[in-house]
Order: sequence, then C-alpha cells, then structure tokens
Amino acid sequence: MIDFSRVTVRYAETPEPMLRDVNLHIPEGELCLVAGRTGAGKSTLLRAINGLVPHFTGGTLHGTVTVQGRDTRSHPPRDLADVVGVVGQDPLAGFVTDTVEEELAYGMEQLALTAPVMRKRVEETLDLLGIAELRDRPLRTLSGGQQQRVAIGAVLTSHPQVLVLDEPTSALDPTAAEDVLAAVTRLVHDLGVTVVVAEHRLERVVQYADRLLYLPGDGTVIDGEPAVVLADIDLAPPLVDLGRAAGWTPLPLSVRDARRRAADLRQRLGDTPPPPAPPTPDAPPALTARDIVVRYPGTVAVAGVDLDLHPGRIVALMGRNGSGKSSLLWAVQGSGPRQGGTVTVTGPDGATDPKTLPAGRARQRVGLVPQTPGDLLYLETVEAECAQADRESDAPVGTCRALLDQLTAVLPDDQHPRDLSEGQRLALALAVQLTAAPPVVLLDEPTRGLDYHAKRQFTAIVRRLATEGRAVVVATHDVELVATLADRVVVMAQGEIVADGTTAEVMLASPAFAPQVAKVMAPQPWLTVDQVTAALAEAGTRG
Amino acid sequence: MTDQATAHGVARQTPLRPPAGRLTVAGRLPRALHPGAWWLWALGLATAASHTTNPLPLALLVAAAALVVVRRRGDAPWAFAFRMYLILGAVIVAMRVVFRLVFGGGQGDHVLLHLPEIPLPAWAAGIRLFGPVAAEQLLGGFYDGLRLATMLICLGAANALANPKRLLKAVPAALYAISTAVVVALSVAPQLVESVLRVRRARRLRGATGNGLRALRGIALPVLADALDRSLALAAAMDSRGYGRTAAIPAGQRALTGGLVLAGLVGVCVGTYGLLDATVPSYLGLPMLIVGLATAVVGMLLAGRQVRRSRYRPDRWRITEVVVAGCGVATAVVMAVAGSVDPVRLYPPVSPLTWPELTPLMLLVVAVAVAPAWLAPPPTLADHRTPRPVLIPSDGTTRSSPKCDTSESEAQR
Repeated sequence: MIDFSRVTVRYAETPEPMLRDVNLHIPEGELCLVAGRTGAGKSTLLRAINGLVPHFTGGTLHGTVTVQGRDTRSHPPRDLADVVGVVGQDPLAGFVTDTVEEELAYGMEQLALTAPVMRKRVEETLDLLGIAELRDRPLRTLSGGQQQRVAIGAVLTSHPQVLVLDEPTSALDPTAAEDVLAAVTRLVHDLGVTVVVAEHRLERVVQYADRLLYLPGDGTVIDGEPAVVLADIDLAPPLVDLGRAAGWTPLPLSVRDARRRAADLRQRLGDTPPPPAPPTPDAPPALTARDIVVRYPGTVAVAGVDLDLHPGRIVALMGRNGSGKSSLLWAVQGSGPRQGGTVTVTGPDGATDPKTLPAGRARQRVGLVPQTPGDLLYLETVEAECAQADRESDAPVGTCRALLDQLTAVLPDDQHPRDLSEGQRLALALAVQLTAAPPVVLLDEPTRGLDYHAKRQFTAIVRRLATEGRAVVVATHDVELVATLADRVVVMAQGEIVADGTTAEVMLASPAFAPQVAKVMAPQPWLTVDQVTAALAEAGTRG
Repeated sequence: MTDQATAHGVARQTPLRPPAGRLTVAGRLPRALHPGAWWLWALGLATAASHTTNPLPLALLVAAAALVVVRRRGDAPWAFAFRMYLILGAVIVAMRVVFRLVFGGGQGDHVLLHLPEIPLPAWAAGIRLFGPVAAEQLLGGFYDGLRLATMLICLGAANALANPKRLLKAVPAALYAISTAVVVALSVAPQLVESVLRVRRARRLRGATGNGLRALRGIALPVLADALDRSLALAAAMDSRGYGRTAAIPAGQRALTGGLVLAGLVGVCVGTYGLLDATVPSYLGLPMLIVGLATAVVGMLLAGRQVRRSRYRPDRWRITEVVVAGCGVATAVVMAVAGSVDPVRLYPPVSPLTWPELTPLMLLVVAVAVAPAWLAPPPTLADHRTPRPVLIPSDGTTRSSPKCDTSESEAQR
C-alpha cells in the first residue's frame, strides 16, 4: 500500500537529513504507529506519505514514495486526495467550511462526486463516527474530541485507502481520546483502512498497533512488531516498564495482557506495605480561594469552588475539556474574570488578593503559565526574552537565564522562541514566570506535545519547584503524569469539584483516572512503576 | 453506538408530525428557501419603495416585510438581525428630520416654531442654520427618510431570511475560488479576535501594561505568527483534500471569461442604477440591465464549464422559489404601473399640505409583497431537526462518553 524506497529528506535550514535512506513497506489494512522524540522526523515521515513533503513544505526528497502505485513525485497532495486522507494535530486549523455536514462534504466536492453519492456517504460517515447528532452544528462550538472525529470523518468521505493521523489525541481528555481511538480501530477492523498514526502517549495506541515505526532521531527508522521494538528503546509506556521490571517476555502491550500475567507479581507484593501517603500539610496554606465563581455569557465555568494550596505540595487539577480548569486557574491568578469569591495569598507584606494588585505585582504572588506558552513570548531571541523578564520583575540581570539553564539544557541565546521545541518553549515560559519568584505556580496543561523524555524532565522541574517550598498546581489530562507527580488530585466537572484527595485515593477510586499500573495491580494500591520496583526490591531483600 | 446513531438518523428522515392531509406538496414541507429567491423578493420590494414617497404604502411595505420575516425566518443568529435593521431605519428617519430642522432648507407656510437663526458669513450663502421651522419642511424630511429606511429594511429582511453563507455557496462555479476565499476569511476573523484576546490576557501574566507601541508589538507579533501558522495548516489541509485539482486553464481563456463576467457585472450595475433613478435616460435602465445580465451569464457559463467539482446538497430552484421571486418582481412592476397611472398619489406634495392617499393599485402592491408569508415553505427549526439523542450504553458498561460530549458542548454554547 505504502512504499518508501531509499527515501532521504533534507530541509535547507538543517545540515542533517530528517530521514536518511528509509526503506519501508506498509501493507494494506495495517495500523501502524509512528513513535519518536519531538523533532525526530515523525511529521516529516507522515507528510511524505501524501506528498506534502516536499511539495508543500519545501526541502528535497531523494528516493521514491509510492502510495497504491502512485508516485508522490508526479502526484501532488491534491491528486492523492482520493487515496490518502490526512488529519492534523489541530483539527480546527484544517477546517475549511463552518458546519459539520458541509465539512464532511468538502473533500467529495473537490473530487466532483455526484450529489446522490455525496449524500449517502455523508450519512454513512456520520453514523460510522457517531456524530450524527452534530450534523448542523457549527464546527467552532464542538468539543475537542468531537472536532477530531469530524476531521477524521471529513477525510473518510473521500473513501481513502490510507488514513494518516498526526497526534490525533494530544489535546484530548482521556475519554475523548478513547472515543477517537475507538473510531480509528473500527475503521481498521471493519473497513480495512490502512492507518498511520503518530502519537506521543504510546500507552493509548500501542495495544492496537500491528507495527511500530520508531524514529531514534538520526534519520533512520526502526520497523517491527510493537513488543519487539519497544523492548530495545528508551521511549516506553508504563506497562512496558512494568513488564521489564517484572521480567516478562514478550512485553505486555495492553492492560489485559499485563493483568493476566500479573497474578504472580501481585502475590510477591502481597504482604509489602503500600507506599505511604504524603503527610498532611501542617504549614498554613500559601493560597486560599473561597467560593470562586466565573461566568461567561450563557454558562457558568466555575461554580463556587474552594481551593487551598499548601507550600511544597503539587496539586493535579483534572477533568474533561471545558470543565472549568483553566477558568479556575486564571481566576485564582487574578488576570482572568472572577464574578464572585475571594482569593488570599500570604506574601511578605501580609495577605492580599492578587486581583486587587497591578498585574506586575500579582505575578510576584501567583505565576501562571498558560496553555499555549508561546503567547507569553514575543521577542526575537531567547536572550532578549530573558533580559525582558529580568526588567519586568526588577530582578538582577541574569536571573531568568540562570533559571532557564536549571530547567533545561542550555538554549542558544540567539534562537528564536518560535523555533524551540514544545518542551524548550515551555521551559522558557516557565523561567520567565519564575523570575518574579512567585510562591504559587500554576501550570495550565503543560505536557501537551511533550514526549516521555521531556515529560520526565518536566516532572523533575516541578518536583524541584515543590522542594523549594512553592505551591504548584498542574492542570492536565495525563493520568500517568499525575500518578508520578502529584501529591493531591482535584477533579472538576461542570465547574464544581467532584473529587479531592490524595493521589492514591482519587486515582484508585475510578477506572477513568487510574493509571495503567494501578489497573494491572488492582486491588493492590500501586500507582507507578517506580513504586512497584521499589517494593520488589524490598520484598527481595526480605525474602 | 452506531446502531443507535443509525436509528437516530432514520428517525430524523421521517417527519415528526404526520403530514397534515392530502395536499402535502414538497413545497410546503419545512425547508430553507433558495437564498437567491429571498434576495430577489427583497430587491423587488426595495425597488417598489424607491418609486414612492407616500408614507402609507411605505409603512405597509415595512409591515409586509416584517410579517414575512417573522413567519418565515429560521432560528440562526442572523435571523434575529432584522430588529437591528428596524432600529437603523428609525435612526435614518430621525436623522433626516433633524437635518431639515437644523439646516432649514425648504420654506413653508405652516411655521410650527421659531428657532433663533445663526447668522452665517456671506460665503456660506444658501445655507441656513435653524430659523423658523415649517411643517412642510419636516414632512419632506420625513418622507425622504422613510423611503430610504424602507429600502434598507427590505434588504435587512433578505438578510434575516437567507443564510448569507449559503448565498455565497450559490455563486456560479466560475466565482468558486472567490467564494471560498470569502468563506475562509469569514471563519478566520473570529479566530483572529480570539487570538488577540488570548495574547492580551497572557501579557497580563507577564505584568505588561496594555498601552503604547511596545504593547502593540507584544500583541501583534504572537497573533500574526499564530495566524500565519494557522493559514499554513489550512492551506496544507485544503491541498491534501483535493482543492484545486483542475487548475490548468489556458491564460487566454481565463482572460476572456473574466472580461465577460466583469463587463456583464458593470452592465448590471449601470442598469440597476438606471432602473432605480428616474432621471437617467431610459436606455440605461432595463435594456442595459438585460444586456449586462446576458453577458455575465455567458461569461460564467463559459468559466463554469472548466471547473470540475460538484456541489453537496445545492439549494435547488423550485416552483416555490419562482413564486417568491415573482412576488418581488410583481411588487416592483405594479408599483411602476401605479406610478405611471397616478404619479401625484405616489409623490404626495408637501406644499400645500395634503393627506397622503392609498389607491387600489398600492394595496395590490402590498398584497403581492406580503404573499410569501404564506406561499413560502415554513423554515426548519433546530428543535425539529435535532431531537435529543437517547443515550443507551450499547455495551452495557457505565462509560457514557456521548453524554459527556453533549453536556460539554452545551457548556460551550
């Protein structure tokens, strides 16, 4: 179906080729997962399949890519539209029309299909993806998961044999991501569509994949069975780490596989005491919020929420998209709207409400890194951003730079913030906000688009912030991250707090929020691979 | 989930109310009328309004337009813009009257009140500020303003009745590229506003004050970079979905069709102007309009032949569309006839003051104008189209994602 023959892709601005001499053959009907670190060339590989590389992006491509016998050299993307469907990371950016039904029909209109065929396919696709009730809705009013399913539907109506998905679930909450992936696996199983999907959170997809393409970053591609490829790489979901720790071969890829083998492991750990819960904080809270109300025209985003943040503690804020997480963070920081309630931050000069302070002083009390950290950055170089941050916070020259160097490997001074990777940009935005030395740090969905490495690094950074005595809130969808990072978990729904407790309490109580390790080890209360390894070592010394 | 969705899809196709009897023709089922029909109807009404200053038929025309809007508009946001046009019309009338009051202008015998006149220098001779206010002068302003307001309200009615975007979709194939650009621009505008708001909010987080050139740069740079990223993503998406698959048209042919269309449209504009303004020579009126239309149609047909794409659920031009558009045309024609039969009644003199009168022909005009309130099919309303889906977990588990989605989307709405 898809053949890469000695493909080398080189962009003008980088000396090293993105892909080097790649040979691949993806047969029909496979679900093929593409993994690799940020910048390793996943998108380049995906976009080469329908000729966007190099027809659209520039650069040079040596070798040949053929899809169903069509050479991308002579077929630009538009001439492959009936064979390859491509869905990008941000579905909203790729929508051409403004209602669901028209968007589904757009591709077929370009292919000049007849009206009865179009009508029939639109109805079929609406049913196939379970979006029939959305047909007249404006695309902008849909939730993230719905948008992503519409975007997939919009390319499916052209009946492509190949579906290319670039991180389809990176912005979605766990349930919405499951919906999207369920739709994708159905396409593979029922319609025999060949799917090529890139994804950072391997744990979500790897169990469905027939094949894993791993890009180590030097331009080569490692190709093979998921279990085999995963055994040798350092980029692995928690289940695989658990399998390695327990010495299972082949490695388990789904919770079901692992659970069937885990009986023995559970027995070995049977009498090991569970990890101690973090001690209840005795220090007075650094920030107290009472009865926070945030309303937007027509909706109540936050409905009377109380929140206490203690110094040195990491709180994870969870809940589906649109449940009021961001609104709460912005309201607490004082920059966002707040129609009711009080916020008190204890600072050097007594307790104050950050909303009453000028913006420059408020950020010295509560620092917030927004969902798109790039919004904070507007200068041409990393150096200029750091200098500006020092000026804004009246900090000694070099403060921000020093913070940045602690957070991440040294970034070149003259690099443009837009050219940084997601992780580096997050680190820069965080350094800018930390320059003001706020005792409370709020992070709004910081791990979007971060690979396992960057996430590990981020975890270390946040831990350091906590040990320095700061109160940290991380709003996120990533249950695995929460399991390793947070002391306390707060779950929001419809603007209210529906669960609030220690990480173990909240995460073990519901299957939707349980990390993979917990699902495998239930009813024993283990959350992370590290805990299990530590307990195994302890059990070993005792036995 | 699919079974459920299928059942749901089928349920939608069967009418919710059983058809009301033997005479259920396709034209009477709730549906959206072709936007072109509404625009033709509204233009007809506007043309009729332009042919008279008599406040009685003007007021009746406004009432007719309002009645049709109320009975036949959908529930989309633009459908409720009609009130804005009514307010705008009232403002226009008030402005006209106030202008006559301030600048005096027309003299009359029935002086209502004396305002002190502001003496102006000699070079401003002919302009008078304030001074005596005569009933004739105010009435003249009122008539004039009412005519303009009525024309505007008629166009507002078209705007409320027809989805502006569907009108764009109905453009001839030759103008497809332009209409795509307009649609994209329309959807990008709110995104830009969103970006600006988001970046402005983020700037507060850095403690930046919101003024001056520096602030502009701090906002404009991320917003523009964002817009650029987004437009690249959109271009890539359009390309990979097949946009522009048949772009190879010889340059000569493109110039010919473009020239024809352009010349035709100029002809249509001149012709319309000639038709509306009674003072221009008559050959610039209807004949020019017809010649222009013909040229434009030929050009578009030629260009349209080269475009190979189809259209999903196009608005079809059916008998009801013809009837509604015909009502508009008939309104204009009957008004023109009324004008030639009895010009004095259509332009009631303000000096001497006379009561405006209605003639049977004027009543006929209004009757024809209001007919679409009953002739046009009722609009489809969202309540009818999207009944709440019944959510039964298909596999017996407690996971209820569709429910999450619905509640979420409601929250966002």
